[in-house]
Amino acid sequence: MQQNKDVILKLRDLKAHFPVKAGVFKRTVGHVKAVDGVDLDIYRGEVLGVVGESGCGKTTLGKAILRLVESSEGQVIYCSGDEQTDLTTLDNEGLVPYRKKLQIVFQDPHSSLNPAFTIFGSLEDPLKKYGVKSRAERRKIIGDLLEAVNMRPEYMDRYPHEFSGGQRQRIGIARALSIGPELIVCDEAVSALDVSIQAQVLQLLMKLKQEKNLTYVFITHDLSVTEYICDRIAVMYLGRVVELCDSEELYAHTLHPYTKALLSAVPVADLDKQTDRIVLEGDVPSPVNPPSGCPFHPRCQSAIERCKTDVPKLKRYEVDGRDHFASCHLVDLPEAV
Amino acid sequence: MSMTNTTGRKTSRLDRQFDLIRRREEAGQLTNPRGYRFARKFLSNRLAAIGLLIFTIIVLVSVLAPLLTPYDPRAIDLRNILKPPTWAHWFGTDKVGRDLLTRVLYGGQISILVGLGSALASAVVGVLIGCYTGYVGGWRDALAMRVSEIFMSFPQIILVLLLVAILGQSLSNLIIIFILTGWGGIYRLARARMLSLREEEYVQALRSFGLSTPIICYKHILPNALGPIMVNITLSTAAFILAEAGLSFLGLGVPLDIPTWGNILNVAQDLRILENNWWVWLPVGIVISLFVLSVNFIGDGLRDATDPTQQG
Amino acid sequence: MTQDQDVALSVKNLKTFFYTNKRCNKAVNGVSFDIKKGKTLCIVGESGCGKSVTASTIMQLLPTLSRIEEGEITYHSENGDIRIDQLERNGEKMRSIRGSEIAMIFQDPMTALNPVYTIGFQISESLKYHTDLTRTQYKTRAIELLRDMGISLPESRVDDYPHSYSGGMRQRAMIAMAMSCSPKILIADEPTTALDVTIQAQIFELMDTLKKEHGTAIMLITHDMGVVAELADEVAVMYMGNIVEAGTVDEVLRNPTHPYTRALLASIPVLGKGKHQDITAIPGSTPDPYDRPNGCQFADRCAYRIDACDVMPEETQIGRTHRVMCWRHEEVGANAAE
Repeated sequence: MQQNKDVILKLRDLKAHFPVKAGVFKRTVGHVKAVDGVDLDIYRGEVLGVVGESGCGKTTLGKAILRLVESSEGQVIYCSGDEQTDLTTLDNEGLVPYRKKLQIVFQDPHSSLNPAFTIFGSLEDPLKKYGVKSRAERRKIIGDLLEAVNMRPEYMDRYPHEFSGGQRQRIGIARALSIGPELIVCDEAVSALDVSIQAQVLQLLMKLKQEKNLTYVFITHDLSVTEYICDRIAVMYLGRVVELCDSEELYAHTLHPYTKALLSAVPVADLDKQTDRIVLEGDVPSPVNPPSGCPFHPRCQSAIERCKTDVPKLKRYEVDGRDHFASCHLVDLPEAV
Repeated sequence: MSMTNTTGRKTSRLDRQFDLIRRREEAGQLTNPRGYRFARKFLSNRLAAIGLLIFTIIVLVSVLAPLLTPYDPRAIDLRNILKPPTWAHWFGTDKVGRDLLTRVLYGGQISILVGLGSALASAVVGVLIGCYTGYVGGWRDALAMRVSEIFMSFPQIILVLLLVAILGQSLSNLIIIFILTGWGGIYRLARARMLSLREEEYVQALRSFGLSTPIICYKHILPNALGPIMVNITLSTAAFILAEAGLSFLGLGVPLDIPTWGNILNVAQDLRILENNWWVWLPVGIVISLFVLSVNFIGDGLRDATDPTQQG
Repeated sequence: MTQDQDVALSVKNLKTFFYTNKRCNKAVNGVSFDIKKGKTLCIVGESGCGKSVTASTIMQLLPTLSRIEEGEITYHSENGDIRIDQLERNGEKMRSIRGSEIAMIFQDPMTALNPVYTIGFQISESLKYHTDLTRTQYKTRAIELLRDMGISLPESRVDDYPHSYSGGMRQRAMIAMAMSCSPKILIADEPTTALDVTIQAQIFELMDTLKKEHGTAIMLITHDMGVVAELADEVAVMYMGNIVEAGTVDEVLRNPTHPYTRALLASIPVLGKGKHQDITAIPGSTPDPYDRPNGCQFADRCAYRIDACDVMPEETQIGRTHRVMCWRHEEVGANAAE
């Protein structure tokens, strides 16, 4: 049934490896496998959550989609009607029309705006590039954008240091919207904000999605936020997607042991919903030397022999008639499901 | 406000200051300071303000020299050779009877031009290269780094001797030599700032719009690196003025017929003058020291004012 | 009063003001609370509410341009009470309390350890100052501590430098350092904010053990209501320098009586409640600390605002342990019970 949905972006076996150099002659001694083979379809109009711990490659994945980080293998295919374009093959010139379609909102409200420019100064150059010639028109557009993110248009002549973190984040969203994108990658867009402000920004994002028909890739480490805002969730571990399904499905029928541990570790602000924590041993292994077989097996409490040698594939399961992808050998065992 | 000290500690000067601020804050007399934080901080630094004052005075009197003195800096007056300071000649005269005050004022024009001009020009070269290569990285960065290392690993004085021998001695050659030897420092500074600034998220946002490299690095990033670059320009101005004086003293700088501070000092090579005619070298020495000191004070003030981590 | 014997440290009407840039910021403006033995007190609030300043005031680790204006900090040591606020900031007495009686762990384990010394050396530094063990005993004790904190192979890890430790391990090493002299009170300033959730869970287990086995009194500073629900015995909610509501975790989370606490709880999505849960954002943003409202600091953002809120509300005791600073707490409390 999911094949019928309108796909906006297809990631095919996407890899982003960075060389690790050492010694006097800067020889390559290994690779950081930040993203190590990700297959994902992003549907038009959905909110796809990408969750995982630091170092799992979620941010690199987001930036590789926008070519802010060059991927080393695989494809990022942008689909519009019947037209399909692999963004990884384009040069900077060829990429320009697609830059308009894909945008990003960053994490840190303090470094995401240029302190030396007014808001107008920061936001006008992209508009210039995409053909808004007159200054009056640019001021009009930026004023409207600020209104769209619940701020006063006059604020465009102020400097970033005059704004609070939440306001800056809203300006960051306005900037991403300025050239009318179809898909926005939100890279930890609310993580650095105070809780009371976080809700404002989340609700703003939802409102804008409705109004402008946007698709979000919502990258975060906060599972509570993910559950609230996302339609589907991809859980990443060491550069791979280990589980992918509808957001409510993920909480109702968790398949992968890593996801189980992750969900149980989240502190819940509700005294009636306290669960037993599954405390994982050790740390996330280094992405330079990921473990053999299933990357999660050294920390997995129910690992079997097979997990140490065979790399599990992301397989499709049907739970209650809904698609649910997971990469774990244990799920195949009869007693597990 | 004795109640503020219920803890019974001794009141120090700081405590009394705190009491005052608190009283005024509670009376609602304090508002967020208006105007530029930068200007406020710079002017509240006493040394920097004094430096700026001296600097302005010396620059003004040098520029206005034709209005301030009736003499020609090159006019030889053999009737008044090596006269000590008088009302007619405040700084006295040199060994061919030229008025020393006039020479110091006119000399200031050239010396400041050499110092400030070389500093600005080498800054332009260094910043243009440093910003671009620092931002794009890769082989361009490595190449620029190696070239600057070659220039910086050469003893400056030998380079100057070499270049004077090749290019000949003239004012413009001296400035070229200073630019060649001086751009490396500011290039490295600009590059180092770029390396950290290019990772800022606003830069990535600009990249995600596909803006061109010159716009990103010169228009958007460079203004954020200007603080330390300005500081460096003031400090290298001082250094170049000293270098000019030193080289002219050795007879390697500006040709002797052009009055500069260094050339005035040049005559003090003569031991008899050094011993008997203090007015020939002492006033100009003091002017050089004052000017360099004031520029350094300004530089320090700028550094403190542009450093956001310093509070007070 | 048997209750008093359990109190390890009490803070009464503490005011700490900052005097940077020639302005006066009333960062902590009259807070009172007790830290009890074997209990965890969570101080929860948003950035700028004064929670970290409260911690550094107790440790006397304030910057030069700040001052304790009023109030008492009393440490109930085994040899009688010590008024911490009256001690000299870096005096001998204060230094002997810091580390051995009251220890602190910080938010960022990446910068809180010195990269040029080994972990073992950094742990033994405080042992050297506060105890009279011998050189070999330091090492044994350091290894013991690292083992207690759940670091595998402590014998070899003790000689490692911080860069070879991961974030979670560094935070354990920090806790090992803090626990080296078995302090009575452990102050943890956002100890897991920089860590991943699975590592955070490990650190929480560890802190739970410390509390149960050593009877350490813990003061945990956090912005995360989830952490409060998991770890706290008692909670103090701070907003703009005041404790607006305090009580046991049950009282505060089940029956929030201050509008801010209620709004805060309503604004966070709760895991497991699904996609259609209601969250309500708090309007506006926290006021400029130099331009505060006259009365209740939350008034401008509060749904319950009345004219009386222009006067700072008094603290009202509404239960044996539950107290709140709001003029309309009765109505707010009644709404919560619905």
